Amino acid sequence: MQTVADLKKGDKAIIKDVSDSSIPIKLLEMGCLPGNEIEIIQLAPFLGPMYININGSHLAIRKETAKLILIEIPKL
Amino acid sequence: MSKQIKVALIGNPNTGKTSIFNSLTGLNQKIANYPGVTVDKKEGICKLDRGVKAHIYDLPGTYSLNASSMDENIVVELLLNKNNKDFPDLAIIVSDVENLKRNLVLFTQVKDLKIPTILAVNMSDRMKYKGIELDIPILEKSLDTKIILTTNRSSDWIDKLKNIISNYSELSSTNFMNLDIIDSNYFQNLQKTFPNQELYKLWVVICQDANFTNIDKKFLESKNFETKTLSELKRLQQKETIKRYQLINNILRTGQKIDQSKAIGFGASLDKLLTHKVFGYFIFFLILLGIFQVIYEWATVPMDFIDASFAQMAEWVKINLPNGAMTNLLADGIITGIGGIVIFIPQIAFLFMFISILEESGYMSRVVFLMDKIMQKFGLSGKSVVPLISGVACAIPAIMATRNIESWKERLITILVTPFMTCAARLPVYLIIVALVIPDEKIFGFNYQAIALMSLYIIGFLAAVGSAYILNSVLNIRSRSVLVMEMPNYKIPLIKDVLYTIVEKTKTFIVEAGKIILAISVILWFLATNGIGDRFDNPQDYVTQDIELISENDLQSEIASIKLENSFIGNIGKTIEPIFKPLGYDWKIGIGLITSFAAREVFVGTLAVIYNVESYNDSEEKRLELKKIMLRETDANGNKIFTLASGISLLLFYAFAMQCMSTLAIVKTETNSWKWPALQFIIMTLIAYIVSLIAYQILS
Repeated sequence: MQTVADLKKGDKAIIKDVSDSSIPIKLLEMGCLPGNEIEIIQLAPFLGPMYININGSHLAIRKETAKLILIEIPKL
Repeated sequence: MSKQIKVALIGNPNTGKTSIFNSLTGLNQKIANYPGVTVDKKEGICKLDRGVKAHIYDLPGTYSLNASSMDENIVVELLLNKNNKDFPDLAIIVSDVENLKRNLVLFTQVKDLKIPTILAVNMSDRMKYKGIELDIPILEKSLDTKIILTTNRSSDWIDKLKNIISNYSELSSTNFMNLDIIDSNYFQNLQKTFPNQELYKLWVVICQDANFTNIDKKFLESKNFETKTLSELKRLQQKETIKRYQLINNILRTGQKIDQSKAIGFGASLDKLLTHKVFGYFIFFLILLGIFQVIYEWATVPMDFIDASFAQMAEWVKINLPNGAMTNLLADGIITGIGGIVIFIPQIAFLFMFISILEESGYMSRVVFLMDKIMQKFGLSGKSVVPLISGVACAIPAIMATRNIESWKERLITILVTPFMTCAARLPVYLIIVALVIPDEKIFGFNYQAIALMSLYIIGFLAAVGSAYILNSVLNIRSRSVLVMEMPNYKIPLIKDVLYTIVEKTKTFIVEAGKIILAISVILWFLATNGIGDRFDNPQDYVTQDIELISENDLQSEIASIKLENSFIGNIGKTIEPIFKPLGYDWKIGIGLITSFAAREVFVGTLAVIYNVESYNDSEEKRLELKKIMLRETDANGNKIFTLASGISLLLFYAFAMQCMSTLAIVKTETNSWKWPALQFIIMTLIAYIVSLIAYQILS
C-alpha cells in the first residue's frame, strides 16, 4: 500500500486510510480524512517535512507522519 | 454595579482573531497570567450600550479542543471549568472565510459544550477574490447561531457585533452534534454513569493528552466506568472528526458556493521561491542579516539617548535633592537600575516588530518548514529557530517565543540553550576586552579584532546547538515529537496589529524582568556604598599618593576607589579572589563578574568605578581612558592584569556563563519550576569556569 511519503513534488492522490493510532488527531481535524485529495506542494531537503495541500488546508508534516497516511493514486 | 458580560474569542491561528480583539477593545487591554500556567491570555474591555461592559478574552489560537501545545491547553481548561471566574457567558468563534470548513470543526466543538456561540467569518473582503459566496440566513439556521461577516478593511461590523453581544441571552445554546452517532453504546453508558455531567464535556476530558493538561481525570476512575484503551479512544476520536466533517459538508453544500475559476492568488508562486531548497535558505539568510543590521544600527540611537537621559536624571536628583542615603539610593540604585531595563526597550521593540511582521505575513511557517530537519538532528524542533534567532538580541523575548513548540522536551531544550546565543548585553564587555588584549593588526586583510568578535558569536551558536545535542540524549523526558503545522496564506501585516504586539510584549518584558533587575540593583548599590571599618569610614586617611601633587579630581577618585575596596562588595571581592585567581583575574575583575550576574552589561560600569574613572560614559573618549587605565593595571608583583591569557579567559567566561537574572526569572516562569533555571545557572557557569581555566592555564 502506498503512503503520502512515497509521493513526489506535484503529485496528487486520494487519502484512503488514517486509522493508525500514531497519527495526531490534530491532523485529522485539519482535514486529513479518507476520500479527500492530497497534493504535494514542496519537499524540504534532506528528507525534511512535506508541504501538502488537503482540500485547501496547507500543512507541513514530517515524513514519519506521512508514512502513516495510506493513499490511492487515481488512474488517469 | 453595572452589568458585565464575559466573552471568549476563540479561533484557529492565522484567522485574524487578534485584529477583531483590537477592534473591539482598542487600547483598553491588560495582560494577565493564568495562575500556574505560563501562557498569556489577553483581556480587554469593550463598552456596549446602556453602560454594559463586555470583558473580552483573547485566547491563544487553537485548531480544536484536543490540546497539543501549551498555548492550546489554555483554551480547553477555561472552557471546561464553569467555576473559573473568567468562564465566558458566550464565545465568538473567529474563522477565516477561505478555510470555513476546517474552522467550523472548532465551532461545532465549542457549541457542543453548550456555550452560546457567535460565528465571526473574518477576512470577508477576500470572498470576491476567491469566488466564495455565502448564504448567511441558511447557514445561521443550519448552524443554529448568529453569523457576522468581519473584515479589517472596514469597521461597520463592529456595532453589529456589539449588539449581538449585548443580546447574548437570545443566542442558542443547544449542542450541534449528538454523540450517539459515533458509538451509541459507549456514550449512553458514559452518560448513565455520570448523569449530572455534560456528555461532551466528559468526552473532552477523557480525550485530553495528559502531557498538557491539569484537568482532573481521577473522578472517571472513582465510578466503575469501563474505560477504553488508548487506541480505542483514538478510533472514537477519528470517528467523531469524520462525523463532524460530514455534517459540516452537508451544511456548506447548501450555504456556500465556491467558484474556483474566479479565485486569484499569488501565494503559490511566492511559495515556490521562499520554500525552494536553495533560494529558500538564501533568502532566509538575507532576511536574518538585514534584521541584525537594523537592530544594531537603528537601536543604538534611542539607546544612547536613553542612556544619557537616565545619567542626567540621576545627576539631577543628586544635585537637587538633599544629600543623604535616600538620595544616593534613588540616584545610583533605583534610577540607574531602571535605566538598565529601559535601555533594552529599543532593541526589544525592533526585534518584536520584525518577528511580528514575519509571523503575521506567514513567512515564519516557511522558515520552520525549511529548518525542521536540521534542528531535529540537535534535539530541537523547526520551531526552535525563532527563539534561537531572537536570542542574539535578548534571551528573554526569545524564551517567551518557545510557547508554540508542541513537544515539551524540544521546548525545554530550546529554553535551556537559548542563553548561549550572543545577546546584546555581552557586546559592550566583548568590545572593551577585545580592544585591550587582541592586537589591532591585520592578517590576510582581516582584522584580528574583528575575527575575535566573530569567533565569539560562532562560539555562542556552537555552544547552543552542541548543548542541545547533549541535552537531547541526557534528558529522560518522554515527549512525542510531531510537527503538524499550518502553512497560512501570505498576508500583508496590519500596522496596527504589529504596533499592539510591540507595546504588549515590551510592557510584559519591562514589568516582569524589571522587578528583578530593580531589586538586584538596589542590593548591589547597598553593598557597594556601605561598609564597616576605618578604611571605609575615613578613606581620605589612606590615600597613598602625595596629596600635594595630585589634582582634586584625582584625589576624589582615589578616595572613592578606597571606599569601594573596603565596602561590603569589596570585601566580598577579596574573599572570593582565590576562586577567580586560577582564571587570571584579580579581585576587581571578580567584583565585575559578581555584579555581572545581575546583568552582564554591569561589568564595564563596575570596572569603570573600580579603576577610578569618575563615571563611565559611553563616548569613545572615555572608553579610551578606561582602556588606558585597564592596560596600566598590575598586580602586587608588577605583572600586567590584562594579558592575552586573562583577556581570552574573560571573554570565554562571558560567552558561556549564565549571567542574567532576568533570563533566569523568565525561565522560571516559562518552565514553572526553579529546577531548570537552577540547573541552567550551575551548568553554564561551571562550563564557563572550566573553559576559562583551561584557556588561561594554556595561554599563560
